[in-house]
Amino acid sequence: MSNGSVGQKLFQALLRIDRRIIFLVIFLALSIPIFLRLKIDITVTQEVRLFYNTVEALSSGSRVLLSFDYDPGSEPELQPMAETGFRHLIKNHIKFIIMGLWPQGPMQANKALANINQIHEGFLVDKGDTLYFGRDLIVVGPDTIRYGVDFINLGFQAGNELVIQRMGSSIRAAFANDARYGRSIDQFQIMNGLNKLSDFDFVINWSAGYPGTVEWVQFAVDRFHVPCGAGNTAVQAPQVYPYLDTGQLSGLMGGMKGGAEYEQLTGMRAKATMAMVSQTAAHIFVVLFIVIGNLAYFMTRGKMKEGRA
Amino acid sequence: MFWDTFGIVSFLYHDNPVYKFCESLFVGISAGYWFVSLYYQNLLPKLFDNLGITKMLGLSNNDGAFQHVFSGQWDDRIWYVLAGILAIMMLLRLVSKVGWISRWPLAVVVGSTAGLYMITYFQSNFLSQLQNTVIPLIAIGRIRALPSVGLTADLFFAAYLGNLVLIIGTLTGLVYFYFSKEHKGALGGAAKIGIYFLMITFGASFGYTVMSRMSLLIGRLYFLFGDWMGIVR
Repeated sequence: MSNGSVGQKLFQALLRIDRRIIFLVIFLALSIPIFLRLKIDITVTQEVRLFYNTVEALSSGSRVLLSFDYDPGSEPELQPMAETGFRHLIKNHIKFIIMGLWPQGPMQANKALANINQIHEGFLVDKGDTLYFGRDLIVVGPDTIRYGVDFINLGFQAGNELVIQRMGSSIRAAFANDARYGRSIDQFQIMNGLNKLSDFDFVINWSAGYPGTVEWVQFAVDRFHVPCGAGNTAVQAPQVYPYLDTGQLSGLMGGMKGGAEYEQLTGMRAKATMAMVSQTAAHIFVVLFIVIGNLAYFMTRGKMKEGRA
Repeated sequence: MFWDTFGIVSFLYHDNPVYKFCESLFVGISAGYWFVSLYYQNLLPKLFDNLGITKMLGLSNNDGAFQHVFSGQWDDRIWYVLAGILAIMMLLRLVSKVGWISRWPLAVVVGSTAGLYMITYFQSNFLSQLQNTVIPLIAIGRIRALPSVGLTADLFFAAYLGNLVLIIGTLTGLVYFYFSKEHKGALGGAAKIGIYFLMITFGASFGYTVMSRMSLLIGRLYFLFGDWMGIVR
């Protein structure tokens, strides 16, 4: 048997490889780094730096609208960004108003806040003349924020992009009550002077599809001229990159990698950074499989044609 | 949750009854969740509460549009009656004899959506993008800024080649979609370059999709090894 035929057989065997072996290799490539706790250098891209710089440029006491437009299915990609985003805003003493165009979005916000909160639910804090329940207080490092004063959750509102359109003229027309207590939003100090979308200093959108970043750009940015930064699932990111080049988006984070870059910039290394080694290992194997598959295909193409003839 | 994850992932080995069960469970729970969610977050507050139907049924203390209008006080929320009528017309598609009526509310939805998006897409996706393509071939401003910001590969590319690639990519991409003349000669060459740009775009998109799917799997693995088994923190 010649060397050539051995090579051909090898390549043909590679083309017939059971797909379950590939699944197993990817599983191992993703799992092993989780246990090894390896670290990897993360290069920060311009679009994530732009997002970070935009938030940094906001003055203390600014009010930012956070729209949570995703559900638990996209949690691994977007939740790390959301948690780092909260930490970043709290550290810079920026007030935030939470809402969602997806029904589960505001719940994801609550989950992120619960994760970063360093006190337990039901904990009572005496602030002189007022008693606050623990769930109305978020303690992150040296900072404590209070519900209704430093942050509020307006909840979900149906209507997709029409909600944004309506908020452009009146926030109260879209959200009459808050989501936690069902009380009129006028009763909360944080809402004083916030009447329409353009009253916000910045909009941050965590998005996994429709309605999401595209709609925020089209309505909030282009119609009501509110600056907007976004964190997207990797699948959606290529769709919104054109908005970045035109300046319609003030920063963009794409997928878990974007989240890891944001963690790197804020110095708050967490979930996304931890997952980057697994992600890198899996990508290396995917690239290897593509190269081997193409090589095997082109090397055996002549033989396959002969076989058919 | 572990068994659901395990059951769904077991499909990778081959189709099996455990997978079928988990799939059906997921579909059933999703349908139930969406039904309840849409009822409590849309139908109840938007239609029944606003019109005052819940008050009429003794399920709420708050007055709605009917209570105000019947007492001689105008309430803008009465317009929700029109939405309610359209919703009932939509549901009539379940009755075969009068199913055609459902086309009317559908026409309202299609017409209003088209009207809304016509201007929006023209402004955000056409004009803004077009404006951004009218740029100098070489980004002089970026080149001048290079010494102060530091020279990295992506900044070098953005300064010297970024604009050129953007302009060539846009023009050749448009040529590829120009079908009024046969793609021969210079036009054919430009169209071929356009195809390459499209291929690179699809490749980048595919790469992002792979990254996204891997991220989701990593999330599941952290759940399995961390939350469920407790061997990873």
